[in-house]
Amino acid sequence: MHKIVAREDFSDVTYLLEVEHPMLAKAAKPGQFVIVRHNEQSERIPLTIADFDRQKGTITLVIQAVGKTTRQMQKDCVAGSSLAGVVGPMGVPSHIGDVKKIVCVGGGLGVAPVFPQLRSYKEKGAYAIGIVGFRNKDLIFWEDRFRRYCDDLIICTDDGSSGVKGMVTDGLRIAFEKHPDIDEVVAIGPPVMMKSCAEITRPLKVKTMVSLNPIMVDGTGMCGGCRVRVGGEMRFGCTDGPDFDGHLVDFDELMIRLGRFRDDEKLALENWSQCNKKHD
Amino acid sequence: MMKNWLWKTGRSAIKSMTKVKKTIQTIPQKRTPMQEQDPIARVNNFDEVTFGYNLEDAVNESSRCLDCKKPLCISGCPISINIPGFIRQIYEGNFKGAYDILSEASISPAICGRVCRQEDQCEIGCTVGKKLEPVAIGHLERWVGDMAIEKGWSNSPGIKPRGFKVGVIGSGPSGLACAADMAKAGCDVTIYEALHLPGGVLRYGIPEFRLPDMLIDAEINKLKKMGVKICCDTLVGRLFTIEQMLDEMGFNTVFIATGAGYPKFMGIPGEFLNGVLSANEFLTRCNLMNAGEFPVADTPLRLGKKVVVIGAGNTAMDATRVALRLGSEKVYCLYRRSRTESPARSEEIRHAEEEGVCFCWLTSPVEIIGDEKGSVCTIRCTMMKLGELDGSGRSRPVPISDSEYELEVDTVIYAIGTNANPIIGQTCGVKLNKWGYIETDETLQTSIPGVFAGGDIVTGAATVILAMAAGRKAASGMKRYLGIQP
Ligand SMILES: Cc1cc2nc3c(=O)[nH]c(=O)nc-3n(C[C@H](O)[C@H](O)[C@H](O)COP(=O)(O)OP(=O)(O)OC[C@H]3O[C@@H](n4cnc5c(N)ncnc54)[C@H](O)[C@@H]3O)c2cc1C
Ligand SMILES: Cc1cc2nc3c(=O)[nH]c(=O)nc-3n(C[C@H](O)[C@H](O)[C@H](O)COP(=O)(O)OP(=O)(O)OC[C@H]3O[C@@H](n4cnc5c(N)ncnc54)[C@H](O)[C@@H]3O)c2cc1C
Ligand code: SF4
Ligand code: SF4
Ligand code: FES
Repeated sequence: MHKIVAREDFSDVTYLLEVEHPMLAKAAKPGQFVIVRHNEQSERIPLTIADFDRQKGTITLVIQAVGKTTRQMQKDCVAGSSLAGVVGPMGVPSHIGDVKKIVCVGGGLGVAPVFPQLRSYKEKGAYAIGIVGFRNKDLIFWEDRFRRYCDDLIICTDDGSSGVKGMVTDGLRIAFEKHPDIDEVVAIGPPVMMKSCAEITRPLKVKTMVSLNPIMVDGTGMCGGCRVRVGGEMRFGCTDGPDFDGHLVDFDELMIRLGRFRDDEKLALENWSQCNKKHD
Repeated sequence: MMKNWLWKTGRSAIKSMTKVKKTIQTIPQKRTPMQEQDPIARVNNFDEVTFGYNLEDAVNESSRCLDCKKPLCISGCPISINIPGFIRQIYEGNFKGAYDILSEASISPAICGRVCRQEDQCEIGCTVGKKLEPVAIGHLERWVGDMAIEKGWSNSPGIKPRGFKVGVIGSGPSGLACAADMAKAGCDVTIYEALHLPGGVLRYGIPEFRLPDMLIDAEINKLKKMGVKICCDTLVGRLFTIEQMLDEMGFNTVFIATGAGYPKFMGIPGEFLNGVLSANEFLTRCNLMNAGEFPVADTPLRLGKKVVVIGAGNTAMDATRVALRLGSEKVYCLYRRSRTESPARSEEIRHAEEEGVCFCWLTSPVEIIGDEKGSVCTIRCTMMKLGELDGSGRSRPVPISDSEYELEVDTVIYAIGTNANPIIGQTCGVKLNKWGYIETDETLQTSIPGVFAGGDIVTGAATVILAMAAGRKAASGMKRYLGIQP
């Protein structure tokens, strides 16, 4: 049982949980994730460690309510309540190389998880460019955090209500125009977005790391459900990743595999929503 | 000579002396059968397939043991159980005595009696088996084990705390066996398990109808009563390293028993299609996450109506039989060699056949074909013939040209073996062999002093009993390392 010490809602679908787990907070490194069980009956779901506070002994998760489990958590996980299980940190920590100029791109789900990497690069002395994307101005979160560590921050909104009108890929193009000497790109977000970023950097021959989110069960290398094709070879997302070279990842296959349980997920959500209506 | 014997075995011997000396002619000629659920009924439930002996069966079967002077059965048992000894106790009606003898060697007779390959181990050497069917050693062992659980017997008399701290990584049979021995030796033992429930393959792999969870729980509870702490949801190597366990966390010695559960695929086209999964994933979803009850349980499964399982080991048998129980209409099992070479226990194959699994021996998949949505629809196979002997002494299967054919399926389950789990290797300096398994010396100590390893992570995928034996062997090594055993 791990206590939720704080909660913050960024929008009607995105929320933050700060969870007590001193050992995990001590061990966590940028790029790693945890597997969470909301209650004893719940599915095991992987979530990136968006931040950690070693002094307080907490980790931060930023979650987007997309289906049954993440919505149920949105409803139930208030400060003071507990999660039945949190295991991690899982995955190979991101390699924070000695680069002079780094771009960290976070789109949708990826805004929070890209933050610890950006901070690490900055702390290592890199010139850090942040690119974050939201639907509109009201959904922007963590701008202050990003500002604190970014030498240049590009905010993109779909409707242009703040920053650049357009998607993070537009932001990335602008960044390359402004800074022709970018050494490396880190892109985290939905697979389409990571794919598009990788396509922008491919002709420029700029290394682009992405963080993949295949469907997982155990997160320990035991089931093989998280397998992805990278450079033509089979790799396991949980033990070889989740970070991979974006130019080598077969994103189309990943996107098909993410739809593996689509019908079941719909059914689970419908059932749950109906039950909830009855109770309300 | 007889006097000497009487003196040695005391009162109980006198009792049995009153009975006639058994010979191969006087014992019951037929092995006492074990009752099983009817195949038609059992494919609709997850209840145990075999019912186990009742008292009468057990005593009757125990009367078939000749109590040999040179019991060849014992040399077949990886943990050298005193087989004639425990069977004699059953015969004499001293069932607790039988349990006492079993529990000297085995941490769980109820588990071993069910999943051990007794027909190739203890029973193969049995003297009775030379003329008749061998004594049903495994069935008797299971019967005693079940009785012990029912009556709450356990043998951990007067543990004297010694102040040593022992860490065990992995809660499969190897880790549990080591923990039991170290706790009995008075050590303060903590088991760390990455999953949210303990038991390793016993829990997430072997299904309920072969090994009820209740038996694993009983084992775990026994350990807890001895003071063993079990911390689940703890991924060692990433949450903390083995080096940290030794330096910061104060462990005097550590046992690595992380198993070999890293599933293999074949590398044929189509393995990334939706509907292709490893037996580990399939069984974990069902056994650990209850996906068979989706949507009541949260974890989905999406099992198809026509399923093909590749491989013919125990894992493959379990996968085919779980698929049938969850409502698949047609379940094929593909194996590139023949039934004789199959690594599964013959009993498991028989059970699968009775339940309606369709075996395609001497068949190997060459390609999995998907539909426009990226889901499996067909598997293309080739017929094989057995060629020359290979390095393992088995005939190498070779494809027969122009023998390819297609099966319409919607789920493909891989059960062709596993590799070493990589996490410990990635995160500590312990020496590995070229396949990623941990190297040890003869006491099972690794290249790091005080760190021992055993079970599948050392040997590669093996058996429950060998994993338990390794756990006990490592415990001996650890006790010597700590100076509490000469
Ligand atoms: C390494 C990793 C890090 C992630 N980090 C975050 C994060 O920081 N914040 C966040 O909101 N989400 C994150 N995700 C995705 C998150 O795990 C899924 O959104 C969640 O599992 C959906 O569960 P659900 O029941 O609410 O939705 P469902 O309706 O079950 O699924 C919605 C979609 O989520 C994906 N999904 C479903 N089950 C799983 C699973 N077991 N593992 C992975 N993906 C699944 C599928 O693509 C599915 O279509 C991460 C995934 C991975 C693999
Ligand atoms: C489906 C199936 C059926 C089988 N049937 C039989 C049978 O009938 N008879 C038989 O004799 N054998 C059978 N076997 C083989 C047998 O189960 C294994 O040989 C045995 O379980 C190995 O035991 P172990 O303790 O070495 O490892 P495991 O049982 O694999 O346990 C290892 C444990 O360590 C945990 N772990 C791994 N890494 C870490 C980490 N870094 N930190 C913490 N914990 C970790 C794992 O989660 C797991 O729980 C079967 C195997 C399978 C898969
Ligand atoms: S442990 Fe296995 S080999 Fe040993 S006696 Fe029991 S069934 Fe036979
Ligand atoms: S070999 Fe067979 S008959 Fe002889 S002691 Fe062992 S079990 Fe009994
Ligand atoms: S999640 Fe099971 S192997 Fe990666």
